[in-house]
Amino acid sequence: MEFRPILSTLMRHKIAATLIVLEIALSCAIICNALFLIGERMDRMNMPSGIAETELVRIQAASMRQLSGDDALNTSITREYLDALRKVPGVKSAGIANQIPFGGSSNNSGVRLSDEQQHSTLNATVYLDEGNLLENMGLRLVSGRDFTADEYQDMAVLEKSGDQARIPGAIINRSMAEKMFPGQNPLGKVFYSWGESPTAVIGVIEDLARPNSVGQGPYAMIFALREYGPGLHYILRTEPGRRAEVLKAAVVALKKTDPNTLVVNNDTFDEIRAGFFEQDRSMAWMLVVVIAALMLVTALGIVGLASFWVQQRTKQIGVRRALGATRGQILRYFQVENFLLASAGIVLGMLMAYGINQLLMAKYELPRLPLFYLPIGAVALWLLGQVAVFWPARKAASVPPAIATRSV
Amino acid sequence: MFGYYLNLAVRSFKRNKALTVLMVLAIALGIGASMTTLTVFHVLSGDPIPDKSDRLFYVQLDPETMQGYRPGEEPQNQMTRFDSEALLAQKRGLRQVITNGGNVVITPEKPGAAPEFTDARYASSDFFAMFDVPLKYGRGWTAAEDEGKARVAVLSKETNDKQFGGADSTGKTLRIDGNDFRIIGVLDAWRLVPRFYDLYNDQYDTTEGLFLPFSTSRDLKMGTQGSTNCWGDSGGDSRSLTAPCAWLQYWVELESPAKAADYRNYLVNYSDQQRKAGRYERPTNVRLRNVMELMEFNEVVPGDVRLQLWLAFGFLLVCLVNTVGLLLAKFLRRSGEIGVRRALGASRSEIFKQCLVEAGTVGVAGGLLGLVLALLGLWAVRQQPASYASLAHLDGSMLLSTFALAVLASLLAGVLPAWRAMQVAPAIQLKSQ
Repeated sequence: MEFRPILSTLMRHKIAATLIVLEIALSCAIICNALFLIGERMDRMNMPSGIAETELVRIQAASMRQLSGDDALNTSITREYLDALRKVPGVKSAGIANQIPFGGSSNNSGVRLSDEQQHSTLNATVYLDEGNLLENMGLRLVSGRDFTADEYQDMAVLEKSGDQARIPGAIINRSMAEKMFPGQNPLGKVFYSWGESPTAVIGVIEDLARPNSVGQGPYAMIFALREYGPGLHYILRTEPGRRAEVLKAAVVALKKTDPNTLVVNNDTFDEIRAGFFEQDRSMAWMLVVVIAALMLVTALGIVGLASFWVQQRTKQIGVRRALGATRGQILRYFQVENFLLASAGIVLGMLMAYGINQLLMAKYELPRLPLFYLPIGAVALWLLGQVAVFWPARKAASVPPAIATRSV
Repeated sequence: MFGYYLNLAVRSFKRNKALTVLMVLAIALGIGASMTTLTVFHVLSGDPIPDKSDRLFYVQLDPETMQGYRPGEEPQNQMTRFDSEALLAQKRGLRQVITNGGNVVITPEKPGAAPEFTDARYASSDFFAMFDVPLKYGRGWTAAEDEGKARVAVLSKETNDKQFGGADSTGKTLRIDGNDFRIIGVLDAWRLVPRFYDLYNDQYDTTEGLFLPFSTSRDLKMGTQGSTNCWGDSGGDSRSLTAPCAWLQYWVELESPAKAADYRNYLVNYSDQQRKAGRYERPTNVRLRNVMELMEFNEVVPGDVRLQLWLAFGFLLVCLVNTVGLLLAKFLRRSGEIGVRRALGASRSEIFKQCLVEAGTVGVAGGLLGLVLALLGLWAVRQQPASYASLAHLDGSMLLSTFALAVLASLLAGVLPAWRAMQVAPAIQLKSQ
């Protein structure tokens, strides 16, 4: 097939051709970026939490007795609750947590590598382990060890020592270990976070997500501290199939232990994750709708202009047919023409996609558009163009040769 | 001539139904999408208190130690309790308010009814006057009651409806966090959008269910909500008067925007004194932003909403380019007809006008359909989980803008095709006939 005659025809319809190229380019640019944004949201939604999500349920509860309660009362109520929960059939283990991955509110602290350091190296979220956090939440140790029984301290006691407070050992997640001690063995290394005393890394876990603010980096650390305030999260580990049943029985057990129990939340971790990322999911769906609508509008535009061209060139097509051009050749003519227009649009569109990405990077702190989104967008638009032009092209191919002899 | 051109436009639609439907559809989709997002943006970025947004100021001081100091950085975004109470006592503005969010338990009077959590707002006495809070029954608390740590409460309309069936409950008692409070006021329906007075709790949430004096909330050590930032040893209680922690919002109302400079000087003086007294270490660094400045600085409108706005306008642009192409096809298809009109004496400008009328008609049709799509889109937004979702409604001004945008967009799209159409030479067209 010869490109030259197609090109010279297009040159005679500069405005219409430019409009199609522009429309394809704009669509291409928006679609590439929208696909990329969808990918970003999906990555966020699938972010690992590090905990055994399918085996866990959470109950956030407080007793009315705790409202004016002191530390001793808080401790005894929390222990009562834990005892009651451990007896619920199907519960493999039970524990408390000051915060949970994707739970929302969080406790965070700056972390420095030396005592003199003025600015924090990173900001990590602080999980407090009251006794069996690793085992209860299903966290996986990569290296080092879990806390030993004599390492646990009471928060109430620790707080009284002010700046002299000591957190001798901590378990940190791998992201934090790699950020603080790149390429080194983190075990035994120290950092400074709470108070003025150093804290040594005694263990490293694979993953542990933050409760919120993903923007601060995926850094988390665990201290062996018992804190029994109201509104704690009770985390129960069970079998995946028994979660609903366990949750129901656990709430009943708490109310039975203490009729004044206020249950703020009771849910599975699937529900917690779904709730936390709800906004991302609806944004991703919205982007899907935008992509679909853009493709529809672009296709309609191509159909409209192509059928106009076919109508305009009816006579020319008739002459070509009379001179021996086959239907296939006419069909191919329009499809090649569309391919050329789409290609020009796609090249321009990719430049624009890159430009829009630069803006997004600056305004929304998004990462650079990975190159593989560009061919996806390109192929999608090429296919779209070919499909859209097929109907007008077939109409062109069906122009009878005899039309060449007619006057209109 | 306008009527005649309108008539011609309608005839031309009938002749080219498919093409017309495509154009109307393209414009409607573009308008629908952009009006949906624009409405959400409009609702979220509007002035929440237009009568005095330029006279209400949010105060920030820099009470931190030298550790981590970087010159030119923003000071703490909230206030310490010590500074808030000191400024409140000095009363240098028309009104001043300390405020903070909390979460408390209400125990209903009804036997058997379960206790429940509700969001509370702790505030000093000027809160109601400063933020124009409408009261249905009773009153807010006085400065004396605030100072005296009085056990008094003001209920939101919703809480009053729920606990007292909407009756005048002033004088009654409500058990809050295990203590008895006397109800002295009930709000009328009131919702600030956004809830700008506290940007450290959900900004688009509904109004708190309960309002209590700040001093009382501290007296009873009631639980607080929102962010807290400490930079030193708080001795186990980050809410104590001397704790080196920022966790309160401080607002001042001035007689006029012009008084802001004076008030800023006062804050600078206060800051200097604190440094001389050894409490502050950093160079004086105060901020005094009015409502709109504060909202803009804190980028209150969610990033997703801005992104959607850009996306929708990008989409509208594609729809417009598409419409330009289709209008061009439509007009040039009628080259013959135009040639005849020209030959019969119509001037170029008449042809141009005729084409624009046709384009405008497409715009009106597209606008109408776009309005339906925007209503549909806003309904979809309201089904979303975000706390601002329920606010997404079209108002009169947005309704008008929809039409204006649709017609403007289609006229804009019509200019180039109309220009091309009026260039049609009469002679050539006649010849080829």
